[in-house]
Amino acid sequence: MFLIPKPVGKFFHRMASPPHFYDFTSRLIPWLSWIFLFLVVAGLYGGLVLAPADYQQGDSFRIMYIHVPSAWMSMFVYVMMAVAGGIGLVWRLKLAEIVAISSASVGAGFTFIALVTGSLWGKPMWGTWWVWDARLTSELILLFLYLGVIGLYGAIDDKRTASRAVAILALVGVVNIPIIHYSVVWWNTLHQGPIISDELRPTVHISMLWPLLVMAGAFKIYYVIAMLQRARAELVVRERNSQWVKALLESK
Amino acid sequence: MSLWQAFIAIIQRDLILAFRRRAEMLNPILFFIIVVTLFPLGVGAQPQLLQTIAPGIIWVSALLAAMLSLDGLFRSDFDDGSLEQILLSPHPTSILILGKIIAHWLVTGLPLILVAPLLAEFLGMHSDALIVLLKTLLLGTPVLSLVGAIGVALTVGLRRGGMILSLLVLPLYVPVLIFASNAVEMASGGLPVDAQINILLAMLCLALVLAPLPASAALKMSAS
Repeated sequence: MFLIPKPVGKFFHRMASPPHFYDFTSRLIPWLSWIFLFLVVAGLYGGLVLAPADYQQGDSFRIMYIHVPSAWMSMFVYVMMAVAGGIGLVWRLKLAEIVAISSASVGAGFTFIALVTGSLWGKPMWGTWWVWDARLTSELILLFLYLGVIGLYGAIDDKRTASRAVAILALVGVVNIPIIHYSVVWWNTLHQGPIISDELRPTVHISMLWPLLVMAGAFKIYYVIAMLQRARAELVVRERNSQWVKALLESK
Repeated sequence: MSLWQAFIAIIQRDLILAFRRRAEMLNPILFFIIVVTLFPLGVGAQPQLLQTIAPGIIWVSALLAAMLSLDGLFRSDFDDGSLEQILLSPHPTSILILGKIIAHWLVTGLPLILVAPLLAEFLGMHSDALIVLLKTLLLGTPVLSLVGAIGVALTVGLRRGGMILSLLVLPLYVPVLIFASNAVEMASGGLPVDAQINILLAMLCLALVLAPLPASAALKMSAS
């Protein structure tokens, strides 16, 4: 614990209290929404208008400004879900459990968007909607893992038990994701290689790159907004018999 | 009672219980054989075609048979309360669970390996490929049992856990399927398959060590 500065520890401690979390997020979400709006307008303008057309792919490369950030988010959200689930499992924090399950449907949404946009791009570029390529297949399996988490949560009536079950499943999935990823990579691959993390020398020109990074930031903030909205709803449902929820409902 | 004795006792008990219900033991094998025989009827009986897709057919059928047999792993213990006794014992739950998984594999996984040569003959597989097929089944089916135990431990408390179990477990089975059927395919082309076999062996070691831990955590959750 000595690694964590005191104010940070105090902040997380206070956030573990449901009424405080509810109150804090209701003030946080409007701010985040403005930042998201600014970033997404800037990113889309940069990506769809300012960035030059690709010499090979023409204008259809522009779908990358949706596709690549959502593919990144699909993996990022899964890790977030597993970390939150693990915290919930170890310290039995109700809010960590709620954050984990609220992330699941947002992550499934990002995964679905990544698959659909990739497929739309694949039709003119590869001449087919779907190929059994490594990236596509592991993304599809990731979607199944998300759906398994959501299905398991829905199948167990007691939501605290369900949260623990989901956390175990998410943690098992984290161990499996690298295995699945590399197994399908070695099995078959057609998807183009990474364009950003190529030893700090991106193979993409800066005028095409900055809108992508802005969009990635916008998607991260969108995830936080969507996850918090779901978490707030879930929190009120779970705490419906507590004093603060009753007071909240009466004040409305 | 030492941990080792308890571990052996669990395996013995589960094997005795399984032999008392021999008809149930046959079900996964019959399922395996029937699914494999459906493929020539479905895709046509050209020997060339069957030979090409034989590794995939056998492995997918083995995967489904292993998954369907999972439900019996903890079901009867959960219903009659002996699962709670296992959880209450002073020994580490994960080791005792590992004993149950091993017994389950001996009853449901090993017979699949024994009938596989017959099915390989049905599909006209080469004899080199057959040896590799048996090796992959020997290394792969225990992984299926170990990973499946996590899924079945999570769903054993549910009334209708069957469909959700397949949704949880099948994505986790993908790596085994890929490497195993790839190895058999390579072998029928006369190529070396050491890499795939070693990766399957690594997966087995990893699953042996890691899988009982989440499985026992999940059982504690299901039984509470």
